[in-house]
This record gives sequence, structure tokens and C-alpha cells, in this order.
Amino acid sequence: MNKISVIVKREYLTRVRKKSFIIMTILAPLLMAGFVILIPLMMVSGDKDYKKIAVVEEQTSEFLNVIPDTKDEDFVYLTNVNINDIIKTFEADGYYGVLFISPKAINNPILYSKNQPDIGLLEHISGSLEKDIEKKKLQAYNIENLDSILKQIRTNVNPVTKIVDETGGTTETSTGIAMALAYIGGFLMYMLVFMFGSQVMRGVIEEKTSRVVEVIVSSVKPTQLMLGKIIGVALVGLTQFMIWVFLTIATVGVLKTTVLKKADIGGIQQTITQSVMEQNQAQIPAATTTPAEVSPELAEFSKLFDNAMNQDWLLIIFSFIFFFITGYLLYASIFAAIGSAVDNETDTQQFMLPVTIPIILALVVAMGTMQNPESSLAFWFSLIPLTSPIVMMARIPFGVPAWQLIVSMALMVVTFIAFVWAAAKVYRTGILMYGKKPSWKEMWKWLRYSG
Amino acid sequence: MSLFEAKNVTKQFGDFKALDNVSISVPEKCIYGLLGPNGAGKTTLIRIINQITGPDTGELLLNGKKLMPADVVNIGYLPEERGLYKKMKVGEEALYFAQLKGLSKAEAMKRLRYWFKKLDIVDWWNKKVEELSKGMQQKVQFITTILHEPKLIIFDEPFTGFDPVNANTIKNEILFLRERGATIIFSTHNMSSVEELCDNITLINKGKTILEGGVDEIRSKWAGSEYNLVFRGDISLSENGHYKILNRTFEDGKSTIRLSAGSNVSTNDILNDVIKSGNIISFNPALPSMNEIFIRVVESRN
Repeated sequence: MNKISVIVKREYLTRVRKKSFIIMTILAPLLMAGFVILIPLMMVSGDKDYKKIAVVEEQTSEFLNVIPDTKDEDFVYLTNVNINDIIKTFEADGYYGVLFISPKAINNPILYSKNQPDIGLLEHISGSLEKDIEKKKLQAYNIENLDSILKQIRTNVNPVTKIVDETGGTTETSTGIAMALAYIGGFLMYMLVFMFGSQVMRGVIEEKTSRVVEVIVSSVKPTQLMLGKIIGVALVGLTQFMIWVFLTIATVGVLKTTVLKKADIGGIQQTITQSVMEQNQAQIPAATTTPAEVSPELAEFSKLFDNAMNQDWLLIIFSFIFFFITGYLLYASIFAAIGSAVDNETDTQQFMLPVTIPIILALVVAMGTMQNPESSLAFWFSLIPLTSPIVMMARIPFGVPAWQLIVSMALMVVTFIAFVWAAAKVYRTGILMYGKKPSWKEMWKWLRYSG
Repeated sequence: MSLFEAKNVTKQFGDFKALDNVSISVPEKCIYGLLGPNGAGKTTLIRIINQITGPDTGELLLNGKKLMPADVVNIGYLPEERGLYKKMKVGEEALYFAQLKGLSKAEAMKRLRYWFKKLDIVDWWNKKVEELSKGMQQKVQFITTILHEPKLIIFDEPFTGFDPVNANTIKNEILFLRERGATIIFSTHNMSSVEELCDNITLINKGKTILEGGVDEIRSKWAGSEYNLVFRGDISLSENGHYKILNRTFEDGKSTIRLSAGSNVSTNDILNDVIKSGNIISFNPALPSMNEIFIRVVESRN
């Protein structure tokens, strides 16, 4: 036991001291934060090209200045222009495209352009025109005070989701938050298990090719060496994960105090808030209950934030750590067995595919789970040990019955013990075997060797 | 008394019999040569002694008691194929191996300082292993093998990678270790170092013991009826019924002639025949080198 701890210590320290580990540990959350800030920034401020679009009507000028300019698009109304002429020259004249509105086909205006226009532009055009046409149709009824009536009847419906627990209490939740957590949980699990599992494999191959293992096995049992390495790398993974959790909590804390408490916010923080709220912006006028000093966007953000906080974080983090440890042990032992069987890293290729398939499958199912968390596919894959760590992490934010979680965890424990045991048998023969072309059949034979 | 004994050890891998009823008995404070051509089963036997693999049948005794897993602290092993972690610092790595053998950190540090100084590699303590020459790395490995002061030390080809000066240093250290009471099993293909170092040997071929005993005893047993006759000047002899000429060289004004005596021919008969041919400087029974014995024994068995 004491010797395993000596090995664990070496495996842990040599990895934690590496520059790549330190950089990765600090940089990864910053990168994540960067993405969280940058993507909305790009969506809001727009990295789009400026476009000038000519609007040409056939005969009439009914829609003059109906389509408002946007940040990136200017709509220029041209009169007395023949459509057949301008579609030949518009590019040379500096236009991105030509919108042609004909009274004969008012529901199907034509947008001429050299490239396929983006969906945002089309939605902007159709939205503006629809609103105008509807308004004109209404006006034809000669209703008094039409404008104020229109303002009054404008409505927005936003369903609020509440989860009912056993005691009948309810918690407000957000499907968006659950999906985000499912995505992050599943993907992070995939990354960590694969990353640290293959680190174990590389470590084993390094020891084998450099023949360090010949020296070590005269002092410790091969199984001790394998376990020491697997545990050491696991601790590296947990260290990294805990630092990430801590940094995330710190970031969230900072975000909460700076973004949500301050009344006047500008710059980037405003942009984040806006981007989160983008889809809700239409309903802003309706949000009259908000205290005067807090802007409606902030109120929404604050609510979303509270919804996020309503997630069972303790369960999520506990499950993540549990499934990481067991899933990692399962895959790391397979990786260790493979590493022991080969003479160099290129030989691992043929073994990697069968190991990668369940992981990739789990990832695909996990992504589907976010759409349909209660499907039978999600159910079975969250119980089968080779896929359950990833799929279960994607299911937990949507709520999983306790018995399923317990069964899944129990299966995981039984399976990883069986895999570690089998891997140890293959490993102890493999590490001292050179020059033999490894195969699954060969490894099966080693599994059954005695002593 | 034997420090280590292996009795009737057999080990089979699938259809291949790596060791077939092999027994060795290593006397205390002895340097014991374990010889044999490639693939003879030496490494398997050494791995069994180190309890890396277990024998199918047979008994292993250390100090007269059954060999136990806890005995790894009593054995030091320098494998033929040996390596170090390339990215680790030399000192840290040596400390790691010492701790794996059960030494406390403080004790290991004390002994490492002594040995690093003795083998003149103190300056390399904080260097990375990959910066060391092969010989330097071998020195570090030598130290980690003997640091826990084992009763039984197994060296498998300890001199590969050393220049003659360092090889000599290591040879002297091995002799010094024996003086301090260690028993050494020494596996090599280098027969001249066997003659120099070993007291006893076992020769294994195809998993079976084919020769064993004291080095001097074996050499005189194999000496048979060959003699070296040295004359001053360029002298040649003609064969007669008493002897045959195997070989003749002329060097530094001396002729060395190797003779093979016929059966029932005494040395006096031969001397009578040759005494008038020139000035005899010496006449000795020719001891075959271990190399010759090795080749002859292995070839006769194949």
C-alpha cells in the first residue's frame, strides 16, 4: 500500500508540475469565459459585412421607406429604375442585392443577389413588409384610434416552467439552463475521461518503451504500478476539475455582484446581458413591474440567474465527480491494458477504435438527450456503464428518478472493478512482452495466464 | 551455506518450455555467473528470482527460507533492458526508486549522497536524465540497484554502455560489494569478465542446465590434454606419435605452439621429443577460456 502511494505521488507531481498542466488549468476557464463573452458580442455587435440593398417597386411606391435600415444593412429606395437594368449593374453600383416588389405578387418579393443572403436579412425584410401590409389592411377597416388599439393588444406569451417535487413545492426552472448544463456536463465528462484515460496509456507506453518498467517490477507488483498510475492521473484530473469549479464559482460571484447589483452598467457587461436577453427584447415594454432603477434586461437576467441557481448543483457536482472517477477508472484501465500490449504509440491505432466507439456513441446520445431527456434511448444509455457517465450527466439537469441514478451508479461500480481486475491481468503480462504483434486475441490469452 | 537456492524450477509459456527442471545453488558471498546463449531462459530465471513471474513448479529459497514477496527488499536487480524516466531530474528519480525499495526519504538521501560522490556524478543531481550520457545513466541505475543494501544482487549485463574506465570502476564496486557481504548473481555474454569475476557458474541452454560448478574447476576439467609450449626464436616442430600441433604463432621473438597430446602420453615424453628443438621458455597445460568452453558446450548440445 505504501508503495502505491509512492507511485501515486510521482505520477501526480510530475504531471501537476508540467507547464502544460498549469496553463491548461488556468486558461481553460478563461477561454470558456472568453467564449461566453465573445460569441454574444459577435452576435450583437455583429461581425457582419455592411450591405447596401436597393429596393425597387414595380410602378407604385407603396412601400417607400417601409423597411428600416439596420446596423449592417442600408435599404436604398430607387424610383424610376427598370428592374431588368439594375439586376445587371447592381454589383458595380455598390449594392449587395436588389429587392424587387411587385404589386402583382406582393407576398413574394424577390431578392436578387450574387450570393445566398443570410437568414437574418430575409427575416428583417419579411417582418417589416408583413407588419406594414397587415397595418394597411387594418386601416382599410377605418377603425378609430387604431394606433392605440394596436399598442394595447400587442401581447407576448412566455411560458414559465416549474418543477413539482414530492412535497408539492415548486421550483422555477429554465429549459435553456438545463440544456446548457446538460451540454457542458456531457461534453466535459467526455473530454476529461478521454484526455486523462489516454494520459494513462501514454504513461504506460513510455514506461514500457524506455524499459523503466523492467526496473520497477523488481520492487513493486505490476498491478501496484498500474493502480498507482491510474490513481495518480485521476487525482490530477480531480485537481484540475476542482480548480475549474472554484474559478467558475468565483467568476459567477464576480458577475453577480458587478452585473446584477449595479444600476449603471456599460460596455461588455451590458452586451452580455443584452445578448442573453436578445430574444426577449420584444416584450420589454410589457415588463412594467420592474423597479425603476433596474433595467428590464437586468431583471430578466437576474431571473435566469436565479433559475440557474435553482438547479440542484450539489447533485450535479457530486454526480459529475462520481461518474468521472468511475468512468475514468473504467476507461483508464482499458487504456492501460492497451498501452501495456503495444511496443509504441502507433500500434495503439487498431485498439483505439473499439474503445472510441462507445465514447462517441455516448456523446451523440447525450446531444439527443438534450432534445428528449426521457426517451428510452437516453434511459438505456444512461444505465449501460460504458456510456452512462456521459449520457447521465446530460440527463441530470432535466431531473432523473433516484432509482435510475442509483442503478446506474451501482452498475458503474461493479463494471469498473471488473475492468480494473481484467486490465491488471493483461497489463502484468503485456508490460514485459516485447516484439509480439499485439491483438485482442493475444490479450485475451494473457488475461487467462496464471501467476 | 547457500544464500539462494532454486530447486527444480520449471516454467512454461504456452507450448514453449522456458525453463526445464533448472536448479542453482548460490553460495554466500560468491559471484555467481549465470551464462547461456540468447533465449536460453536466463531472463526468465532472473524474473522468477525477482518474483516478477512465478514458476510453474519448483522451490525458491533465500537464506534457507521460502522466498516471500517481502523479500524484494533483500534483492537488488539491474535488468539488461533498463531505462529511466527521461524527463525526471536525476536526484529525484534515484530517490523515487529508493523509496520504491522501501527506504525512508532521509535514509535514501544519505546513501545517495555517498554513492553519487563515490561514482563522481554529484554535479548531475539536478540535471534531467535525458541530458545524461548512456554511461552516466548506467551509473545512476547501478546506484539505485544497490542502494537498499540487498543481500542478493542480480546484475544482467552490467557493463554494456560503459567505456573501459567506467567498466573498471563498476567492476571494482562489484568486488567491493562482495567484500561487504553481498552475494551476486551475474548474467553476461562477456566471458572474459566471467573469468575475472565469477567464482561459480551455471550454463543454461534451451531451458536446461548443461554445465555448473566453480570456474577454475571447470576450466581445468576442460583443459584435457592440451599444452602451450613457448620457444625463444622462430622454431617449428614436426608432429610425431606423441602429439599433434594445433596452432603455432611467432611474436616478439617467441614461438608459441599449442600441442594436443595423444592418449597415455606423459608430459615427460613430449618434453623429451621437443627439448632439442630450441630454447624452451615455458611449458604449461593450456586452460581453455570460458569463451571456448561456452562455445564448445553449447555447440555440442545443439
